[in-house]
Amino acid sequence: MRQLLILSGKGGTGKTTVASAFIKLSGAKAFADCDVDAPNLHLIMGQRSEPRRTDYYGMPKAEIDADICVQCNGCAEHCRFDAISVNSAGEYSVDRFDCEGCGVCESVCPVGAVALRPEVSGELMLYNGDGRIFSTAQLKMGSGHSGMLVTEVKKQMKDAAANAELAIIDGSPGIGCPVIASLSGVDMVLIVTEPSVSGISDMERIIKTAEVFGTKTAVCVNKYDINTVNTERIEGFCRSAGLPYVGKIPFDPEAVRAINNGMTIVDVDCPSGRAAREIYKNTMEVLSE
Amino acid sequence: MTFIRDFMVKKGEDMRIAVLSGKGGTGKTLVSVNLASAADSAVYIDCDVEEPDGHLFFKPQIVSSEEIAVKLPSIDNGLCNGCRKCVDFCKFNALAFIKGRPCVFEDVCHSCGGCTLVCPERAITETDRAVGEIRKGTSGSVTAYTGILKPGEESGVPIIKRIMQASGSEGDALRIIDCPPGSACVVVESIRDADYCILVAEPTVFGVHNLNMVYGLVKLFNKPFGAVLNKCLDGENPAEKFCIENSIPIIGRIPFDTELGKMNSDAEIAARESKKYKELFSDLLRTAMKEARRETAFDTQR
Repeated sequence: MRQLLILSGKGGTGKTTVASAFIKLSGAKAFADCDVDAPNLHLIMGQRSEPRRTDYYGMPKAEIDADICVQCNGCAEHCRFDAISVNSAGEYSVDRFDCEGCGVCESVCPVGAVALRPEVSGELMLYNGDGRIFSTAQLKMGSGHSGMLVTEVKKQMKDAAANAELAIIDGSPGIGCPVIASLSGVDMVLIVTEPSVSGISDMERIIKTAEVFGTKTAVCVNKYDINTVNTERIEGFCRSAGLPYVGKIPFDPEAVRAINNGMTIVDVDCPSGRAAREIYKNTMEVLSE
Repeated sequence: MTFIRDFMVKKGEDMRIAVLSGKGGTGKTLVSVNLASAADSAVYIDCDVEEPDGHLFFKPQIVSSEEIAVKLPSIDNGLCNGCRKCVDFCKFNALAFIKGRPCVFEDVCHSCGGCTLVCPERAITETDRAVGEIRKGTSGSVTAYTGILKPGEESGVPIIKRIMQASGSEGDALRIIDCPPGSACVVVESIRDADYCILVAEPTVFGVHNLNMVYGLVKLFNKPFGAVLNKCLDGENPAEKFCIENSIPIIGRIPFDTELGKMNSDAEIAARESKKYKELFSDLLRTAMKEARRETAFDTQR
């Protein structure tokens, strides 16, 4: 299975817009949304069946039994995540948003008052209709360990679509754990950037991150005509960095309309859709090189 | 009686406004940077440490910087007796037993310190591993703090914790906190001490879907909040509809405007460049501060 991952660094540059167009154009038998923090791909892929839903257990959380606790303060002292607090009555408790499930409190407690309990920190969804596999997930609000959930999303996709030749994966913004987890094992990254100073700075940071993992990377620009000077800067950057530049998409009110109607930009005849077709063709060439 | 403008922090008043959105690219940094610039004086804190952009707008004169490091175990093979206790303890699989000795996988270590505690031979000590930095700088009347995660590093949480602590030394001030996208642990860390949250929404179904998530998050943390509708066009606005249906107060609207888009894409601060936007963001700041004060007053009455 060849895997193409769409990333951007900066949020809102059009990852999902491009990913959904690519899924339509390629007829890929496998695709996934790894933006488990704020998934959106399911809003425009037109699934007709209900997904298979599985609870996702992240790290366990510590719990303190007040009846056993002797209030020695050992757990609070050793917790590196400031997750343990004590109220005015001297009772100790764990903040479930701060707790990372390391187990230090459990191991230092002299009376066995602390236990680690499993906790659901998200939900995995697998759509299997029309011979296509679509894997996605939603992280529970405020949870950590999104990288582990991203790994599960990709695993569930690969297990269900072992014979698919191509997989298209929509990524998350940023450069941290969910992005790093999504990078593992992919054949190529397509970066969707925008011609703003922020977009360029963020693009440079995501390229550096992909470099750490040695992943082949290409770049395209969305809404390029918002600032053509910056678009030229991006083109120049790609040339000097030796990165394939696969095309640019104009700002297009039709694109917003299509998305708001649950369609991809290649489902309607519009300037952004035509540009996306060109970018798709160029990207596939780079992928097969 | 002294006359105090609504958008000035009163003497002895400390106010923290967090700006968040769920979806990326809706205008968190646009709103944060311009609110801070519209105030007479403000502290701007960029918590989007994975992709910090606020400094591109402020181009601050850097006055100090600090490297942020996390603890990493270091094993003295001369002392290690190969008992495996550390490997068995580590919940993150950051230690593996290879050729009779534990081996550290730095990237997955969460710096909990558990291995050093359980080692009976005291063979494990901790060393520092740099994961990023924070910078403090000034730009006009704004003191800007930026957190920067090193590319290749997994977690920005230690940087966010430190930046909130460091910016606390500014004393009583208006603080604008520019949050990362999403609704995961890094956002929780960013809004923890906020007095008021501004949810920035854009008029797309994606924007609404993610607005719903941060709406859930601020409710979960009992934070007072209001919404700012960005990129408003004529016609139906799904984000506005969502706010009305859920009784979310709309505290401001920013029109879709190519002039603003151009300024923003060139990392110019609209409230400093244009009279029109200076007024728009001053109004927004006044409303946000009024709302925040009302909530705080209500809180103390309870």
